[in-house]
Amino acid sequence: MYSNKVLDHGTKAQESATQVTLQIDGSNVTVPAGTSLMRAAVDKGVKIPKLCATDSLDAFGSCRLCIVEVEGRRGFPASCTTPCENGMKVKTQSKKLAELRRGVMELYISDHPLDCLTCPANGNCELQDMAGVTGLREVRYGYDGENHLTGEKDTSNPYFTFDATKCIVCSRCVRACEEIQGTFALTVQGRGFDSKIAPGPTDFMSSECVSCGACVQACPTATLMEKSIYDQGQPDHAVVTTCAYCGVGCAFRAEMKGNEVVRMVPHKDGKANHGHSCVKGRFAFGYATHKDRLKTPMIRRKITDPWQEVSWEEAFAYAASEIQRIQKQYGRTSVGGITSSRCTNEETFLVQKLVRAAFGNNNVDTCARVCHSPTGYGLKQTLGESAGTQDFDSVDHTDCIIVIGANPTDGHPVFASRMKRRLRGRPGTEGAGLIVIDPRRIDLVRTPHVEAEFHLQLKPGANVAVLNALAHVIVTEGLAKEDYIAQRCDVGEYAKWRTFIALPKNSPEALENDTGVPAAQIRGAARLFASAPNGAIYYGLGVTEHSQGSTTVMAIANLAMVTGNIGRTGVGVNPLRGQNNVQGSCDMGSFPHELPGYRHVSDASTRALFQAAWGRPIDSEPGLRIPNMFDAAVDGSFKALYVQGEDIAQSDPDTQHVQKALEALECLIVQDIFLNETAKYAHVLLPGSSFLEKDGTFTNAERRISPVRKVMPPLAGLADWEVTVAFAAALGYQMPYSHPSEIMDEIARLTPTFTGVSYAKLDKLGSIQWPCNAGAPDGTPVMHENEFVRGKGRFFITEFLATEERTSRKFPLILTTGRILSQYNVGAQTRRTENKVWHDQDVLEIHPHDAELRGIKHGELVALHSRKGDTALRAVVTERMQPGVVYTTFHHPESGVNVVTTENSDWATNCPEYKVTAVQVTAHAKKSEWQKDYESFSSSQEGFLPGTATRGETN
Amino acid sequence: MQPSAHSGLAVAATPAQLAVVDAALARLRDLPGALLPIFHAIQDELGFVPTDSLPRIAEALNLSRAEVHGVLTFYHDFRTSPPAPTVVKLCRAEACQAVGCRSLEAHLHQAHGAAMGSTTHCGALTLEPVYCLGNCALGPSALVDGKLVARLTTQRLDAIVAAAKQKAAAPGGRS
Repeated sequence: MYSNKVLDHGTKAQESATQVTLQIDGSNVTVPAGTSLMRAAVDKGVKIPKLCATDSLDAFGSCRLCIVEVEGRRGFPASCTTPCENGMKVKTQSKKLAELRRGVMELYISDHPLDCLTCPANGNCELQDMAGVTGLREVRYGYDGENHLTGEKDTSNPYFTFDATKCIVCSRCVRACEEIQGTFALTVQGRGFDSKIAPGPTDFMSSECVSCGACVQACPTATLMEKSIYDQGQPDHAVVTTCAYCGVGCAFRAEMKGNEVVRMVPHKDGKANHGHSCVKGRFAFGYATHKDRLKTPMIRRKITDPWQEVSWEEAFAYAASEIQRIQKQYGRTSVGGITSSRCTNEETFLVQKLVRAAFGNNNVDTCARVCHSPTGYGLKQTLGESAGTQDFDSVDHTDCIIVIGANPTDGHPVFASRMKRRLRGRPGTEGAGLIVIDPRRIDLVRTPHVEAEFHLQLKPGANVAVLNALAHVIVTEGLAKEDYIAQRCDVGEYAKWRTFIALPKNSPEALENDTGVPAAQIRGAARLFASAPNGAIYYGLGVTEHSQGSTTVMAIANLAMVTGNIGRTGVGVNPLRGQNNVQGSCDMGSFPHELPGYRHVSDASTRALFQAAWGRPIDSEPGLRIPNMFDAAVDGSFKALYVQGEDIAQSDPDTQHVQKALEALECLIVQDIFLNETAKYAHVLLPGSSFLEKDGTFTNAERRISPVRKVMPPLAGLADWEVTVAFAAALGYQMPYSHPSEIMDEIARLTPTFTGVSYAKLDKLGSIQWPCNAGAPDGTPVMHENEFVRGKGRFFITEFLATEERTSRKFPLILTTGRILSQYNVGAQTRRTENKVWHDQDVLEIHPHDAELRGIKHGELVALHSRKGDTALRAVVTERMQPGVVYTTFHHPESGVNVVTTENSDWATNCPEYKVTAVQVTAHAKKSEWQKDYESFSSSQEGFLPGTATRGETN
Repeated sequence: MQPSAHSGLAVAATPAQLAVVDAALARLRDLPGALLPIFHAIQDELGFVPTDSLPRIAEALNLSRAEVHGVLTFYHDFRTSPPAPTVVKLCRAEACQAVGCRSLEAHLHQAHGAAMGSTTHCGALTLEPVYCLGNCALGPSALVDGKLVARLTTQRLDAIVAAAKQKAAAPGGRS
């Protein structure tokens, strides 16, 4: 549960145009119609005793503690379920109410273990508080009657315990799982006195529970309790910060004792998550203090040498001297840097500043290159701004949702819960329609109480064909919003696009062979989407990581514009960003062709602005993109790289090419919290700091800038921003900041969309959605409201071109890749937490038909071959897949998934085509040669670390 | 304590039993509020609702397994393990208690080993409670394999147990 220091209003806030005024305990209170008596009382500073009510859930009215008296009415209504009415006179305290409440408490306590002093909830227990508030002094029934005091604890979940003996069956957990998380994994088993909370006919670990923590959050007693509280006791203070996992950017309270995090609790006022969380942010923070954390800077001449621990000064001096030597020998452009989408905006800004000002070139790129670079490009071209158009709350007002190339329940779970709530609808109201466009049957296609109207199960690589076919139906069936287009869009371009899209070759029938989707389904989906008052499109890497990634993003924008679905709440184009700060790293000028705020380096006035601020000339030529850096390294023209918080050796495609490139570098400087795969090729290791160890900001998928706050000192002594500052100083370039707020002030000065952003404003508002400037001082939840950022929305012709990556006799299957709930990206963090119990290895999903054809059995090791390389994974035979398509994840380095993926990439941005690789799968495999080489390389590199040096030397 | 569906040991369902489940699902899944009719259909045929069938039922109705489990365990009438070939539902409502049903219950327990919610030593008869069969004037009452019997006595109960034993011993066992 929340710390009892956090105010609980008991029931949800209501929105209403009508206000009602009533009297509570003699004083007047005015609230929106529909507000409960309980909440109105809390607004007035009056707390009514309660157990089954909490302000994250709908009122339930079962505990009977919150009864009140209403003048002129019979009985004692529950204040949680009674709405306020004009002129009511309510008494929250009377002798009779006190007697009744004490009687209720007496019954609860007659069947409760009286071990408060040794109970983990001691000091933060609503039941204890209510016993105190109601003045319970004796239990007349005794404690010898039938009771529930002998139940066993369910400790199967690694993060929390279910202790039925402490349970009062208020059902807050069951309702939280249903209303908030939408998994429905809990129920009340039995009835009457036998009633017991149960995760179905099994324990928590084997149940449908996804360990989001909503039940633990809702529990008023010690029944559902974090194991960390059992171990460490109750926290004594809390700091509000932002989760460092996915692009949802949930706000959390880091609940602390001293500088030790006891638990992470979702922050109720967090505008991205509204008090909800997932298994990663809620529980998987233990990596921050894992024994593998790098704590000392290290250097070495060659990657075959053991690491040598040095002081920070020595590390910076060595790194700077190498950069200077290499630039002298090979030229100014022979070095570059990669910013991190996991670090803060301020840190990212500094790395690109260092590259541009201190390295003197534009060779800076970021991992957005390999995920959402087509989003930046496609949305800038069509709408005028490289970002999603909405806030997450917008989904509450949507009537039809398209999810394309995204798996929200795994990748963006907290937003997925929000979306599922809209899909289910409120009791008595219709939910939103759902169209899923995905080669794989993701959970959202059919999950308790949610079912897609259409699952367009296309062939990987056919996104553009499907989107064109949808638009074709809309245009040719007269479903286009011509008024909206005439008013908001470039009509000349629209006319051209309209002619193109109406061509018979773009009809669902003509494209059926390419898409693999029956034309009737596409027609049905197009009609459903176009006829919805508000239609919204949500997409992920299944859109961008294709050879036509940018084309797909533009086709999505076309579809949104032709249906009039941009510029208000409930609609929009919504890229679901992968990492916590992908949006921010892009905003901060991490691309080789763009300065902060997406301004091209060739623009003289922008350059002049930065040159004046930074005191160094800025190159007018775009620098190298990540894949160009690899190619140039292999060619011998690129020699040194500074990588902050990104694991290119594991995450980038065509691993063997990446390895060759990294081996060719003369100086690789890696700044990370762990010895990640890239660090195994490094010459300088600069220990990074986790999100708990520094101040800064992250920007999530809805352009929301949220504060990251330091709750403990950096393990290695320096925060990441301080490391970059000191490294620049060693290179002779001074960036004298004393606090990240000063970096943000500089960003605000130099970036028109950020001019109104400051730490003071973030403290005041909690978070800010950019653009935030004179025109929008409190930020911008919905973009393009009156006109598009580029003026008129522009339709682009999106010709479907099949990828060159085709199946053949040798490689007859298509491999596509994705994510799972418990692991995050390269897994460097989540593999070092208990989350590994859910996913200890990457597996290959294959359709039963393809498995049978190859004699593959569920669970056996199979070989995965492509023209690029081989690896071996365990097979999971499942009908989630369509025949001809296999699927895996890349959370474990030894899986070598990217050994198999190819060099193909998006035509506009070079975003790799992770989602389409022609492969063969064969049974009875052993580990591949690459996997064996990886194991020996990896273990020798780990042996080079101090402390394991003896083992290293004996090798 | 009340007997409840979850108190019995779960028994792995046979393919034939799962076929019954699938047939019930195919027939009834599109009804509004299909869950209870499905439980009834399965129990009518199998005598119980196999725990193994919960994932199938949940999948068919797009509910969670926990929800299906919650509903199943809410109703005392549903069993998750097979009963004996003969099921006696003895009325325990007020009128029957007034005319001695408690002593009949005690008799079944002492003489035949069937406590409320369990099966006789011989394995032939399962005793379950029921609350009012609408036959109060002729109590104590019970349902024996669905058939109403009235004016029960210990002798008549012994006869019912004897008949149950015969039925259990007969080829085919359970009805």
